[in-house]
Amino acid sequence: MNCDSCHNENATIYLTQLVEGKMQKVNLCGNCAEEKGVTDPTGFDLADLLEGAGTETTTPAVVVGEDGESCEFCGFTQVDFKKTGRFGCGHCYQVFREGLDNLLEAMHRNSEHHGKVPEHFIDTAPPEGSDLTSGISDLHALLDEAIKIEDYEEAARLRDSIAQLEDVDKVLGEEPKKPE
Amino acid sequence: MMRFSTLLRKPAEWMRTDGPHNDIVVSSRIRLARNLSEHAFPGWAHPEERLKLLDIVRPAVENLPEMQDAFSQEMTKLSAIEKQVLVERHLVSREHAAKSSGCATVMNRNQSISIMINEEDHLRIQSLRPGLQLMKAYQVLDKIDDELESQLPYAFDRKYGYLTACPTNLGTGLRASAMLHLPGLVLSDQINQTIQAANKIGLAVRGLYGEGTEALANLFQISNQTTLGQDEKSIIQHLDKVISRIIDNEENARRKLVEDQPTMLQDQIGRAYATLRFAYIIPSKEAMNFLSMIRLGIDLGAFNAEERDVINVLLTEIQPAHLQIEAKRKLNAAERDVLRAEIVRRHLKNLTEPCFDDILHKDLDDE
Repeated sequence: MNCDSCHNENATIYLTQLVEGKMQKVNLCGNCAEEKGVTDPTGFDLADLLEGAGTETTTPAVVVGEDGESCEFCGFTQVDFKKTGRFGCGHCYQVFREGLDNLLEAMHRNSEHHGKVPEHFIDTAPPEGSDLTSGISDLHALLDEAIKIEDYEEAARLRDSIAQLEDVDKVLGEEPKKPE
Repeated sequence: MMRFSTLLRKPAEWMRTDGPHNDIVVSSRIRLARNLSEHAFPGWAHPEERLKLLDIVRPAVENLPEMQDAFSQEMTKLSAIEKQVLVERHLVSREHAAKSSGCATVMNRNQSISIMINEEDHLRIQSLRPGLQLMKAYQVLDKIDDELESQLPYAFDRKYGYLTACPTNLGTGLRASAMLHLPGLVLSDQINQTIQAANKIGLAVRGLYGEGTEALANLFQISNQTTLGQDEKSIIQHLDKVISRIIDNEENARRKLVEDQPTMLQDQIGRAYATLRFAYIIPSKEAMNFLSMIRLGIDLGAFNAEERDVINVLLTEIQPAHLQIEAKRKLNAAERDVLRAEIVRRHLKNLTEPCFDDILHKDLDDE
């Protein structure tokens, strides 16, 4: 069996990965495997190796931050984020706030944290609109919008998010608050 | 502090203890991602900054009550093979093993808790348990997290939650995953359906890859993909619910195979037995897939249930770095195949021939 990358050498490394519900297989020779860094079975994306296959897997096309913006604390720039998909430090989440919620909605179908809060953050008042119900009403507004512009795929996704959130709402409602 | 050699001598405790549903769920894992405020994330920080952070974080981690008598080491002080052993045991990530200055790992003696310092995030705390015990695994971590939080200033935002280097981990920073053994769904060609269904409801399914072309040993890892917007309990309960459904499906698939294709099953298990007991050269993929068939045989009553531990341990012990630690030298692929066969034969020496009476009778009783 020949290497799927260079087509010259004999393949010695056989990779299988589940991408979007389908099993994908790639056979590589030792050199190509090393070159592509796939001696690491958990840390690579098979889709990246397969030309043209599932290239839009991780980063959705959402612009985060403004052109030329950089973090005063760590020096991280918007270009760095485009390149790596990661931030430089905690402050970056404030600096590059522009567009961030869209990115998070695409990733998590949500843009607000619900869950554990460090103890010294608990006593102070919660930020506006951080409770679950407003999260749901936001989504309802987005849903109406999606239906209006006939983006039914987006609408279906929003409907699912709402159902899931309402589920969480129920669970949370029954849960006693952390004793404090 | 524990030495590396001590750590190596014992297989992880979770491999040798029973857990709920451990015929199908091999292990449950939770990891939390945490960062300190006022420090650049490890991937962006300069080496000196990473070292400085290590000096702050490491004592707090080592002083945890859970980490008394722990193994604690900087990644630069471990050889490539030693690091690989930790990866093969799921104690550190591949990414962490590949990192250099300022990166360290602290893990407890029974290898159920491991804390990576300066991985992609300043702290990656993970807990591993046998069988399906996601909530239990989380409770252990939650307590550790509380202790660390009281000493270390975490990067936290009221809106976004725990801040992480990659926005995909933002919010709870929690990734819950379970390793499922699904030979029934694979043999009956239902696995892709299952994976697609899981994907549809926002869960990721990954194979246990490596050298094999098929999902190796019929093992699949299922985990949450989103970390923001749902609280920890909801994430875990959701995954738990889905896993329970997959367990039902797997059980049904096995029952149906026993009913419809008993000879095929006997043949698969019998061949696996013969090869593993008597082969002198065995490639990783072949060994893994046959071990999966033996595991299935155990679940179906063809072998003694006590052998399940041996299979769990073997799945790790036959991995390349483990073989080379055993041999105390570097081995090429051909040499590994020979040593692998030897180790498998040794471990399975007392495994008696498969007995299928139970399987066929159970089938009749069910009718």
